[in-house]
Amino acid sequence: MDRNSSPLTESELHRLVDQQAQGAERAALVARLSQDPAAQATVAQWRQQRDLLRGLHKVVLDEPIPPTLMAAARQTVDSQHALQQGWRWGGMAAALLLSFGTGWLTHNEWPGQRGGAMAKTTLTADFVRQASYAHAVYAPEVRHPVEVAAAEQDHLVQWLSKRLGKPIKVPHLSAQGYELVGGRLLPGEAGARAQFMFQNATGIRITLYLGAINPKANATTGAKTSDMDGQETAFRFATEGAVPSFYWVDQGFGYALTGPLKRDALMQLAQTVYQQL
Amino acid sequence: MDRNDLIAQIPGLRRYARALLGNSWAADDLVQDTLERACSKWRLWAVGSDLRAWLFTLMHNLYASNGRRVVRSQQAGTRVDIHDVAHELVAPDQAIDLGLDLQRCLLMLPEEQRTVLLLVNLEDMRYEDVARVIGIPIGTVMSRLSRARTRLQSLMDAPALTPEKRAVPGASVSPLRRLK
Repeated sequence: MDRNSSPLTESELHRLVDQQAQGAERAALVARLSQDPAAQATVAQWRQQRDLLRGLHKVVLDEPIPPTLMAAARQTVDSQHALQQGWRWGGMAAALLLSFGTGWLTHNEWPGQRGGAMAKTTLTADFVRQASYAHAVYAPEVRHPVEVAAAEQDHLVQWLSKRLGKPIKVPHLSAQGYELVGGRLLPGEAGARAQFMFQNATGIRITLYLGAINPKANATTGAKTSDMDGQETAFRFATEGAVPSFYWVDQGFGYALTGPLKRDALMQLAQTVYQQL
Repeated sequence: MDRNDLIAQIPGLRRYARALLGNSWAADDLVQDTLERACSKWRLWAVGSDLRAWLFTLMHNLYASNGRRVVRSQQAGTRVDIHDVAHELVAPDQAIDLGLDLQRCLLMLPEEQRTVLLLVNLEDMRYEDVARVIGIPIGTVMSRLSRARTRLQSLMDAPALTPEKRAVPGASVSPLRRLK
């Protein structure tokens, strides 16, 4: 009888609430609980708390998985398959396949990475949001979409390189049907940012937004200080803004290609830009 | 390893990360970093072992090594106390309100308590598994869980104070005092 009426310990209360006690253990705990009004109150409170917590962000469970996460999951599974296949054919093949499979998509996760992944993502999140805003503001502009038009491309490049503290190149997207409209200078947290605008024959405009991500990178020497080593991210797709973007960070410099296009089309353009810069 | 097994874990990881960080941007980025880390560490995963526990371990390690930095950067700039901007907020319906309040209180818990509380409640993870995911003894899991539950209760019970009320000490006769 002693055992049956002894007060429940906190651990036992947790085990009850979290349903980690099963069968006979659970029955015994329930029996003792019935003798213990103080414990009953605690259990009731914790159960209510548990129910509340379980309702938190429940909608996320039913949301479609964002494409970037799907892509990352696919990448992971593919690299593992590649690895397993590689083992069948020998260690060399495994190493090769793995490095192709994971490639630059994961390079920001290797040791030696400087900025914390999450501090970094807050910065890049702000960056890509600003890119989206800048696109939404200037792309519909009829008379003054750019400050310096494509006709003065040399001047445009020189000017923006000087203001951003880094030699800048304008990518050529004519093969993809997009011609340069021009560019403009914009403010950003870490100093000046630039926006290049392109337009295709049907009048769709895409913008490339670029600039230093980290305030420390805004030295006049450009981004290639030792501080910026490893400040790189994978290609990422953002749909949070008004217009979707593909963005990436290379040596502390952020790039976002924004336009009202489907993910695949935008990604192909982003890859073209990435290769040219 | 089936692709679908991994994809099936993503919604749970996303929800947990969102509750942990209170920010959907940062949460999805944490999930993406976790998946990318999984990609580079496949060799360390024993086929047939608990995939979910392994992914949560990766996520926890990423969070633990980066979390503090984020908190600091948020304090430096963008983070505001919801009380201070209460007048700017439009009252949402009650269910959303409750969720917001719960999330606010969660974020006020020390991160080591929040982690344990969420893994146990949201993920239904067994205490032994929580201990393994976080890398702490099971006794520590239990004591953190106790502290988290007590603390969350007192945070939730505390009335949502307006800045004026908060400025008057001793105005509340509630037996539960909010700890700053």
